[in-house]
Amino acid sequence: MTEKPLAALEPGEDAEIVALNGGEKFQSRLRAMGLAEGQKVRKLSRISWGGPIILLVNRAQVAIGHGMARKILVRTNDDD
Amino acid sequence: MTENLHDKGSISKQGSSVGADILLVGQPNVGKSVLFSRLTGVRTIASNYPGTTVGYTVGSMRFGDRAYRVVDAPGTYSLEPLDEAARVAIDLIDAAGLIINVVDATHLERHLPLTLELIAQGKPVVVALNMSDEARHLGIEIHIERLEELLGVPVVPTVARTGEGVVRLIETALFRDIPVRGARDEEAARDESGHPAHHPHMPHHHAGEQANGHEHIADEKVWSRVGEIVDEVQVLRHHHHTFSQWIEDASVHPRLGGLFALLVLALSFSVVRMIGEFLVSGGVGVAGEPWFRVPFGMEPLFDAAWRPLMAKLSASLGGDGFLHHLLIGNLIDGRIDFKQSFGLLTTGLFVPLGMVLPYIFSFYLVLSLLEDTGYLPRLAVFLDTGMHRIGLHGYAIVPTLLGLGCNVPGIMATRILENKRQRFITATLISIAVPCAALQAMIVGLAGARGLWVVALVYGILFVVWIVIGVILRIATRGFLPELLIEIPPYRVPSPGALASKMWMRVGGFLREALPIVLAAILVVNVLYELNVFHYIADAGAGVVSTLWGLPKEAIVPLLLGILRKEMGAGMFAPLSLTTKQLVSGCVILSMFFPCIATLVVLLRELGWRDTLKATGIMLAAVVATGAAINFIWP
Repeated sequence: MTEKPLAALEPGEDAEIVALNGGEKFQSRLRAMGLAEGQKVRKLSRISWGGPIILLVNRAQVAIGHGMARKILVRTNDDD
Repeated sequence: MTENLHDKGSISKQGSSVGADILLVGQPNVGKSVLFSRLTGVRTIASNYPGTTVGYTVGSMRFGDRAYRVVDAPGTYSLEPLDEAARVAIDLIDAAGLIINVVDATHLERHLPLTLELIAQGKPVVVALNMSDEARHLGIEIHIERLEELLGVPVVPTVARTGEGVVRLIETALFRDIPVRGARDEEAARDESGHPAHHPHMPHHHAGEQANGHEHIADEKVWSRVGEIVDEVQVLRHHHHTFSQWIEDASVHPRLGGLFALLVLALSFSVVRMIGEFLVSGGVGVAGEPWFRVPFGMEPLFDAAWRPLMAKLSASLGGDGFLHHLLIGNLIDGRIDFKQSFGLLTTGLFVPLGMVLPYIFSFYLVLSLLEDTGYLPRLAVFLDTGMHRIGLHGYAIVPTLLGLGCNVPGIMATRILENKRQRFITATLISIAVPCAALQAMIVGLAGARGLWVVALVYGILFVVWIVIGVILRIATRGFLPELLIEIPPYRVPSPGALASKMWMRVGGFLREALPIVLAAILVVNVLYELNVFHYIADAGAGVVSTLWGLPKEAIVPLLLGILRKEMGAGMFAPLSLTTKQLVSGCVILSMFFPCIATLVVLLRELGWRDTLKATGIMLAAVVATGAAINFIWP
């Protein structure tokens, strides 16, 4: 079990959201898109040159800006 | 079966709320607008990206012997007033009699939180489980009866695109006794049991209760409740990777995806040019001289069918005089020149129908295809980093692309952006540096005759202007710039019916709105010419127009006329015998110099007068500087 920012995930890696480190508005925006604590996500891709990160959330693709992805803390399972 | 539901008449609104008999509410991109069209027969613009409906649309549905007012609310993720769309939706919910909550059956877990919030508002709710065909295809099975029990409201599977289940949805909404949860009954939302009290009529919402008084259930509770429901009603079966999923993965590949984006853009512009040119002249080709010609197009049609008639009219009017000047215009070398004569029946019809309409058609065909397949959000992802340099994020490309068709819907679409600062920057940039399709058609027609590089230069200069003003605005405006956060919809094969309907609305809209203004503009210009008024205007503007910009002083007339319709301004360049340098700077200045009157009105409505004034100031400074720069840099 390791905790790190969502931005630091490797493509293809699965993780579970632990915390949303930001203001209330930031948190609501994320939760509305399904990115809440406890949600399992998979990082699909990271666009080059500091571009957005593409996640798989409940079988839907979500693109999230790199800065936002740094403020989301996730937990990965290292045993896999 | 749905035909008998149809009734005519609709209005799109942005202002105060309207009391709907039936209100369609749901998250963005679930097919609310398609369902709305099914119910009311009112054509709406539906696309495959979040945020297509920015205001709301009102229509009427006839069922049995009664008419019902149906309202299509803008898509919203929750009832927290985070953005304009949510605020509009909240007001609409307050005024509505019954809510149809449109839900994406393929992503139940993401949509149910809104459903629970809606049920807690104390209004009768029916859930339309839309895209249920797609869910079946993806191997998702949903236990409808159990879902109804758990939610305590009726659930009807639908496929809005084909009309499947729509009649049942209406019958359920109108005739079934729908239990209503007491507003403020937070306990009920959490209640394990599916036995809500039966209140055939909902308790009325207290007037004056605003957004923050709305039932917003604590997040964690909602999520755990949704998790329980989904676990109980949904079965996922394994299914194989489909072809469209393969392209979905490829088009968000870190680097290949960027290449793919460039390819899509290049291909789109080529196809617009190819179809446009074909419809104008029957020539087939992308750049420069056409590869081959077929006897087809508006130009040959005007020459074969309209010219003889006009020649007769011209002869019977004696080839000169006021009426001749008004209807036919000036004869060029003794004959009618559709591009230059400038009469009501010659240039007045040829410019909008012969030169602009073909490009309007081809532009919107390609744009609609990009919209309906679901590519635009992917494009936004790749442009995100670049757009940050001008104070925007990638999704601002969507209004900007719409602005390339017509600035008016482009500026209206800026509402999909999160805050005022982004909307101001995007709308200002559109109004100054994004030429509409009508103007582009004229630029391609006029400048293209001097060579492809001339066209490319005009586009290049406007692109640089767009970037420079964007960077300045990012530095000069204050405020938070939210980052990109969007759902990327699955690729879909565009439905021919929806595509045709959308094309009909957009192309028809051009004809209805542009043609009368073009004709009125020519009428006014010709009368003013007769009165010799332009002489004085040209002298008054000579300081800027000739000295600073290096254009003939008469060019002030097309620039001013451009405020009515940009393509008519460009049309008036034709008789001025401009040099190539003057044509380039003329086209650039015309694009930038005051938005057309329709754009100005929508700018005022969207930004308010204070920001519109700011945008106008920026525009004036930019156009004076750009015109001068072209004049003094170009030897």
